[in-house]
Amino acid sequence: VKYFLRRLLFFPPLALIVATLCFFLVHLAPGGPFDRERAPASPQVEAALKRKYHLDESTPRQYLRFLGLLWERGADGGLHRVEGGLIAGDFGVSLKYRNHTVTDMILQGLPVSMALGWLAFGFSIAIGAPLGFYTAVKRGRWQEWTGALAALVGICVPGFVLGPVLVLVAAIKLHWFPVGLWGSPMKAVLPTLALGAYFSGRVARLTREGAMQALQSDFLRTARAKGLGEATVLIRHALRPALMPVVSYAGPMLADLLTGSFVVENLFQLPGIGVSLVNSSLSRDYTMVVGLVLLYAVLLLALNLAVDVAYGVLDPRVRHE
Amino acid sequence: MRAVSNASGCTPGAFCFLRIALLALAVLLPVGCDRLPPPELVIHNGPEAETLDPQVLTGQPDGRIAASLFEGFTRFDPKTGKAVPGLASSWDISPDRLTYTFHLRPEARWSTGEPITADQFVWTWNRAVKPETGCDYSGFFYYVKGGRENVNATRSNTPPELGIHALDARTARVDLVNPTPFFLELCAMRVMCVAPPWAILKYGDQWLRAKPLPCSGAFQLLDWRPNDRVRLARNPFYWDAANVALDRVDILSGDAPNTALNLYLTGEVDYLTDRFLVPDSLVDVVAQRPDFHRFNYLGNYFIRFNTTRPPFTNALVRRAFSLAFDRVRIVERITRLGERPAVALTPPGTGGYTPPPGLGQEAVDAWAGDGDVEVRRAAMNAALDKSTAEARRLLAEAGFPGGAGFPVFSYMYNAGIRLHEEIAVEWQAMLRDRLGVRMELRPVEWKTYLSDMSKLNFDVIRGSWVGDYDDPTTFLDCFLSDSGNNRTGWKNMEYDRLLADAARTVDREERFAILRRAETILVRDEVPILPVYYYTGMMGFDDGQLSGIYATPTDEHPLWAIRVTGPRRHHRRTP
Repeated sequence: VKYFLRRLLFFPPLALIVATLCFFLVHLAPGGPFDRERAPASPQVEAALKRKYHLDESTPRQYLRFLGLLWERGADGGLHRVEGGLIAGDFGVSLKYRNHTVTDMILQGLPVSMALGWLAFGFSIAIGAPLGFYTAVKRGRWQEWTGALAALVGICVPGFVLGPVLVLVAAIKLHWFPVGLWGSPMKAVLPTLALGAYFSGRVARLTREGAMQALQSDFLRTARAKGLGEATVLIRHALRPALMPVVSYAGPMLADLLTGSFVVENLFQLPGIGVSLVNSSLSRDYTMVVGLVLLYAVLLLALNLAVDVAYGVLDPRVRHE
Repeated sequence: MRAVSNASGCTPGAFCFLRIALLALAVLLPVGCDRLPPPELVIHNGPEAETLDPQVLTGQPDGRIAASLFEGFTRFDPKTGKAVPGLASSWDISPDRLTYTFHLRPEARWSTGEPITADQFVWTWNRAVKPETGCDYSGFFYYVKGGRENVNATRSNTPPELGIHALDARTARVDLVNPTPFFLELCAMRVMCVAPPWAILKYGDQWLRAKPLPCSGAFQLLDWRPNDRVRLARNPFYWDAANVALDRVDILSGDAPNTALNLYLTGEVDYLTDRFLVPDSLVDVVAQRPDFHRFNYLGNYFIRFNTTRPPFTNALVRRAFSLAFDRVRIVERITRLGERPAVALTPPGTGGYTPPPGLGQEAVDAWAGDGDVEVRRAAMNAALDKSTAEARRLLAEAGFPGGAGFPVFSYMYNAGIRLHEEIAVEWQAMLRDRLGVRMELRPVEWKTYLSDMSKLNFDVIRGSWVGDYDDPTTFLDCFLSDSGNNRTGWKNMEYDRLLADAARTVDREERFAILRRAETILVRDEVPILPVYYYTGMMGFDDGQLSGIYATPTDEHPLWAIRVTGPRRHHRRTP
C-alpha cells in the first residue's frame, strides 16, 4: 500500500511536466487555430477573436491561465484568480469546435475509443496468449512454425493495410459486417480485428518466449519428476511464468488501445478520440491537444502502476523485492 | 468431395468456423452503445462541423447543416438557387434600390414556439457586425449602411448605427450603401439568418448546446455527437412545415473519402453531398454511374503569384506563365470530372455575366468545340504553341531569354492531397519544357500553408475560391487592394475604382461591362493570379430513392425540399 501511494504521489508532477512540454510545443508550431482559407472580414474581427480566447497574450501568461494560476485585478481593485484552468479540471473551449468544451469532446469520444480498446485488448489476449503458449509447447514441430508465422503476419501487416482488406472482403464482397460507423456489436467486429491483430501477434510472441523459458526451468523438471500429469504441469506451473512478459507489455498496450487509433477510427469512421488527437494538432486546437495528451499521459501512468501491482500478484519474488 | 453451401450461404470448414467465431465475438462482447431510432435519410457531409452558429461558421459542412436550422428574410429556391420568400413573406424595394422593407410572416415562430420578430433580426445583425462575435463573414454587412464602420470598429471609436431597424414586430427596414442586385440572395445566407437572442445571452458561446435549441429553419437539432453525426428533426413550428417531407435526418461527419464512398455503396448512406467524398483515384469511374450527378458551380482553382517578390513583381513574367499554361492537360489528365479550363477568375454564367477573354483563351476555345476530338486537339495544340511563343517573347523582354538567368523559385501547396500534388508536378514539367524555367515544389502542412499565404511568405502558391452568391463580385472583390483574401500583394487603383463604380451602377449590362473591364486588368494585363479551372461538383444519390435535389450554381440544396420517393437500396453495385 505504501508503495502504491508513493507511486501515486509522482502522478501530478509527471503529468504537469507532460502538459507543460505539450503546451509550449504546440504553441511553437507555425500558424494558429484561427488561420483559415477565408480571411476575417477585418483586422478587428481577427484581433477580437484572439482577445476572446486570450491568444493575444504572451505564451507564459497563456500558460499560467491554462494552469489556473493567473491572478488579475478585478473591478473592485483586488486580485482575483481567473476562473477555470487545469487546477479546476477545466481545459476550456476547443478552439476548433467552439461550441464544445474540451471535456465535452473527450467525454463523447473516450467511451468509443475505450470500448474499442477493451475489445481489441480482449481479442489480443484471447488469440495471442493461447497461440504463443501452444507454439512453445509444440516446439520444433510444424505447429510451431505455422503459429509463429501467423503471429509474425499479425505484427507485420499494419492496420492501414489490414483494415481496408477486411472492409473489402468481409464488408463489401461478403456483406457480413458494415463497412464502418459505430453503434452496434456488428459494427465493432472489423475495427476490433484491425486494431487487435498487431497486438495479438505481439502477445503471441511474448507468451512464446515466456513459455519457452518456463518449460526449460528446473521447477518444471521437478514437477514432472514428482509424477504430475503433463496438462497439470503446463497449466498450473508453466502458464503463470509464461504470461509474465505479457503482463509487463499489457500496460503500454492497453494505454495504446484505450486512447484510440487514428488509422482504425478514421478508416471505420468511428467517433473516438484517436482521430481527435491527430486532427487537433493539425488544426492547432491548442486546448484540445493539451487536454488529450494529458489524458494519454495519465492513462499511461495509471496502467503502468496497475502492471506493477499485477506483477506482484503473479510473481511472489517481485513482492519481496 | 464437393463443398455444399448451407442456408447462410457459406461453405463448411474453416471459412464457416471463422464466420461463427467473428459472430460470437460480436455477440459476446459488451459494446456500450446506445442506438438511435433509424432516420429517414442519412447524409454524408464530410468533415465535422466546426460550429453551427450561423454568424460564426465559415466551412461548407457547417453551412449545410446550419442552413436547415436557421432561416433569414429569404431562403434559396432548390431548383434555381435564387432567393425566394423565407421568414419574410414579401418586401418592398425603394425606387433608388437603397431601402428594403421586409414583412415577416405572422406565423413565423421558433422551434420552441416563440414568435420570430423584426427586433430579433436587428439584434442578430448587430451581433454579426460586432468584432467580438468573430464573424468572418461580417464583410457581407458592408452592403448595409454602417456595416463597414461597425465591422472595423476599434475600442476607441463609436461606429454609427447599423442600417436595420424594426418598424414594428413584423416589419424591418434595411438601408443599403449601394443598390446591391444580389442583396436578397445575401439575406438567405447563413450569416444573415435570425438567431435566438435569449439563448445566446443565456449560454454565450455554448448556446448551440442549449436543449431545446430554438431554431428558425425547417429543422431543429435533436442531437449533436461530435465526429459522428448530427440528428435533425422537422421543426413543427416552421412556417412551411407542411411542405417539409422528412421527419428525421442524420448528417454524418467523417474525413476519409474511401469510407464515405463505401458507406454509400453499401446503403448506409443515402446521399453523398460532395465530390471530395469520392477518392481522387476513383472520380472518373464513379462519375459514370447513373446515381452520381455532376454539375458546374461557382468555384475555381488558380495559382497566386507573390507580386512583392522578384521576379514576380514583373507583370511580363506573370503573363508569360499564364500564356504557357496548358489548362486542358490539367482537366483531362488530373481532375477528370469534366471541369472547364479557366482563363478568367469568374466562372462564365455567374449571375448572367460573361468574363472577358483571358490569356490562353484561344487554346481553351479550340478545345471547347463539339467536333472531332483529334481535330480539336490539333487546333488546341497549335493555339497553345502560339501562346507559348508569345510567352517566350515576354520572358525575354523581362530579361530572361529562353529562361536563362531566371531564379529557381518554389510552388507552395498544402500537402497530402493527390490533386494538388499532381497539378504541381504537371506545372513543373510545363515550365521546364515550354519556358526553360526551374520550379521547386514545396508541399507544406495545412496551417503552415495558410499562415505563409496570409503573410505573403511564398513565391507562387495554390489558391481556390468558392463563390458565396451568384454575382461576379463574389470573386472579383477578393482582389481589391484592401481585401484580406487578396494574398498576392497586388494593389491596383484602377481595379478598385472600377469595382466601386460597378457597385453604384444600377443598370445590369452597364454594371457587367464595368466589371469586365476590371477583370481584364486582373487576368490579361496585370495577372496576379493564374486561373486553372472552374469547379465541377458531384453528388451521389439514387433518383429512384430521393427527389428535390437539383444542380444549383451556389451548390445550395435545401433539405426541406428533399423527399424520399423510393426504397433505400442496400448494396449498390460497386464501381
